[in-house]
Amino acid sequence: MINKDGAVEKKLGIYIHIPFCVRKCLYCDFLSMSVGERKKEAYVSALCREIAKESFRYREFTVSSIYIGGGTPSLLQGAQMKKILEAVYAHYRIEEACEISMEANPGTVTAEKLSCWRKAGINRLSIGLQSMADEELKALGRIHSRADFYHTYREAVREGFENINVDLMSAIPGQDLVTWRKTLEEVTHLDPAPTHVSAYSLIIEEGTAFYENPPVLPDEDCEREMYKITNDILKKYGYRQYEISNYALPGYECRHNIAYWKRGNYAGFGIGAASLVKNERFCNTRDIDCYISMTEGVIKEEKHMLSKKEQMEEFMFLGLRMTEGVSGEEFFRLFGQTLEQVYPGIVERFCRQGLLRSYREKDSGKERIALTGYGIDVSNVVMAQFLLG
Amino acid sequence: MAQTEQSKIRNFCIVAHIDHGKSTLADRIIEKTGLLTSREMQDQILDNMELERERGITIKAQAVRTVYKAKDGEEYIFNLIDTPGHVDFNYEVSRSLAACDGAVLVVDAAQGIEAQTLANVYLALDHNLEVFPVINKIDLPSAEPERVKNEIEDVIGIEAQDAPLISAKNGVGIEEVLEAIVEKIPAPGGSADNPLQALIFDSLYDSYKGVIVFCRIMEGRVSRGTSIRMMATGAVAEVVEAGYFGAGQFIPCEELSAGMVGYLTASIKNVKDTAVGDTITDASNPCAEPLPGYKKVNSMVYCGVYPADGAKYPDLRDALEKLQLNDASLRYEPETSVALGFGFRCGFLGLLHLEIIQERLEREYNLDLVTTAPGVIYKVHQTDGQVIELTNPSNLPDPSQIEYMEEPVVSAEIMVTTEFIGPIMELCQERRGRYLGMEYMEASRALLKYELPLNEIIYDFFDALKSRSRGYASFDYEMKGYELSELVKLDILINREEVDALSFIVHKDSAYERGRKMCEKLKDEIPRHLFEIPIQAAIGGKIIARETVKAMRKDVLAKCYGGDITRKKKLLEKQKEGKKRMRQIGSVEIPQKAFMSVLKLDDK
Repeated sequence: MINKDGAVEKKLGIYIHIPFCVRKCLYCDFLSMSVGERKKEAYVSALCREIAKESFRYREFTVSSIYIGGGTPSLLQGAQMKKILEAVYAHYRIEEACEISMEANPGTVTAEKLSCWRKAGINRLSIGLQSMADEELKALGRIHSRADFYHTYREAVREGFENINVDLMSAIPGQDLVTWRKTLEEVTHLDPAPTHVSAYSLIIEEGTAFYENPPVLPDEDCEREMYKITNDILKKYGYRQYEISNYALPGYECRHNIAYWKRGNYAGFGIGAASLVKNERFCNTRDIDCYISMTEGVIKEEKHMLSKKEQMEEFMFLGLRMTEGVSGEEFFRLFGQTLEQVYPGIVERFCRQGLLRSYREKDSGKERIALTGYGIDVSNVVMAQFLLG
Repeated sequence: MAQTEQSKIRNFCIVAHIDHGKSTLADRIIEKTGLLTSREMQDQILDNMELERERGITIKAQAVRTVYKAKDGEEYIFNLIDTPGHVDFNYEVSRSLAACDGAVLVVDAAQGIEAQTLANVYLALDHNLEVFPVINKIDLPSAEPERVKNEIEDVIGIEAQDAPLISAKNGVGIEEVLEAIVEKIPAPGGSADNPLQALIFDSLYDSYKGVIVFCRIMEGRVSRGTSIRMMATGAVAEVVEAGYFGAGQFIPCEELSAGMVGYLTASIKNVKDTAVGDTITDASNPCAEPLPGYKKVNSMVYCGVYPADGAKYPDLRDALEKLQLNDASLRYEPETSVALGFGFRCGFLGLLHLEIIQERLEREYNLDLVTTAPGVIYKVHQTDGQVIELTNPSNLPDPSQIEYMEEPVVSAEIMVTTEFIGPIMELCQERRGRYLGMEYMEASRALLKYELPLNEIIYDFFDALKSRSRGYASFDYEMKGYELSELVKLDILINREEVDALSFIVHKDSAYERGRKMCEKLKDEIPRHLFEIPIQAAIGGKIIARETVKAMRKDVLAKCYGGDITRKKKLLEKQKEGKKRMRQIGSVEIPQKAFMSVLKLDDK
């Protein structure tokens, strides 16, 4: 339930950033690096310190999701992962059904690690596959092969992981509709099938190797066609698209990520990690040495209390990422103004242009606004209009 | 300071091609004459405006008075008058030269003589100035002072063997220059007892003192209380203050008399009353006739200037008013465009003048502007016998009412090393140039003479010249007059709506090519919309070229998680900001800079 502060009541998501990789993929603009064992150990200790020390902020919250992302969290040893999670358990109130996800790279997973993670409480694995074609994996600079993925997936299932996400990427160099379709089909035919699929269209971000040396990519029409068949195929196997790039079997939507789009409270630990707590955004330092050596808690940077305007903007452009869209009634309840008062004529215009649609919730009959298929394709145009600056 | 004998005054200027070191030499002269300590020196004292310093060129004439103790033990007064170095300001240059008795010609030891050097030297010689050369930048590894000396003698025909070899940058040889000024430049003539006759070579508006008139006293004397009359404009005023030019400051004095250079203030409200080239005389004891050479300056280039934000129209008007106080050559009158709203049609001496005004409006007055393509003044002879001077293409009468049209033509001189003669001639042909002849300056360099329509050179001719000669060609021109020409108005339609601010006048032979390039350019400038946008070029309703901006297929952020939100929001903000800076034409949003597209048609 969302309360007046824009927060999911008393619930907290925890994000833990593990910034280590064997090597950086060519498209990656996340905060990650390749370092030695000693530094990893120092980082894990610093993380545990931060987790403990920051807990005073979150006394009133119950943790409903934990997400360990990277970088490559699976690069850590099992014991290190255990130590981090134990720090969380020791200082926070954890909901019984807490979703505890961890990202894993198929090139770094062993049966022993999987067993450790299970024991440490991880109940959702997110495996970065990207493609089932080895040449495409190579073109992205991935460190694993299709076979590595199969091995990892089998081992994970054997260790008892039931809730598994597979990360895929479309519009990558050398890919065409045929190979993309094949990747999707193969993933849906895994046994057991993954509960969740994230499928991203490759975007060349500044500061990446691809940005410096642009690869040849499938053209725009092909890219949109790939996007379209993603939903077509996944739908056929029971997956429902619930966000621009996310698909899940019913009941397996990623709770942690939904909290980002619904503007729940979340605490980020580790370098570069972002938090949103009672409408205050802040971010940790991106400098690992600074983070490790910092003994007193000045690691929070870019502290910013969101104004009502900013909250409204975020409500709109994050909420519209989800296929269920946003509720005008909820907007009014949170901000005391109607959508029409704040954004006069905009919803109506986009509906007329076929970019937004309004529909009624099945149970309550309340009206909601969501992007149409074409609206998703050009969603930046729509979202930009919901900024109030 | 006691009155100086006329024989101890030297009034001179420095002429040079751009970048040959004029301002640096001026600085060194001021430094060495010792009125200022090195600490007081700003880097380049004569170039006052920030803009001038950045561009390294002198926009307005400036003057400075210094005292030099020569080797003969006498103290000499130097009045150094700085002249603008660009063809746009040719008339101002000629008036500044008329205020001098001599000129120091600075030639770069590596580059030698350039077209602009020649033009300025000839102008100086035309004014009977004593010209002596100095060879600058002898510290450069590529310096060839002997070759340059010979070139000066061969090409200009003035003695150069004993020219001082200097490095203004490093302060080498400056003494020699100072001595040469004393020796070679004659003392001013004229008599203080004759009726007042003073030449205005510049003026400046000051909000406390009113107009400050820069003048050279040719005959007679003037002091506080003298009732003066500007002979061409007829304006009459009483002198409040007379003085001379310190470095960067005005120093009042008792009296200015024949031979001196200085300033006057007389509570004059507008620089229009103190036109450059006008003669000041004593209203109660006037001279027989004004000094020769006065000309009313006319704008050569026009363009529309609009505020990017329509609400800023009054601010733009105020800013233009203020600029005009100081710049009598700036013309403006209100106009309205369907596409751009309320704005002004402004007249300039040339493209550099236009750019300077535009930059000053943007920087000093903090205005965001949209300017339309610059054009020249066409003479439209109508069937009813009327002749209109067309400054805005939108006002072109219906073709059925036009008997014929004329366009302005210039005589141009282009100096180029022989290896680039071919490409440069080709360029001039493309620009409808009429070849007049060629002279070899020396074995490796030639002077090409062409007549060119002004509208072919106002935007990018200079850039094209530089790129086709790898920077080696230099260029100068003067107005020749009007000639009959077959001109048409090219209209641009965006999403089938004519956009008035994009119309321009073009010769009928280049209309198709221009129309095609314009459509191509606009296709790149106009962002994709949710629908397809046809861009068409038309003459009199007939479409001659078309391009299409395809509909937008994709504009989506695939990922947006907790750590991304701030950054992704900034992306969206940028997108929205960009939209704000666009002009809405029907349902199409056009970026401001698209209105300048016509200027970049020759970009390769």
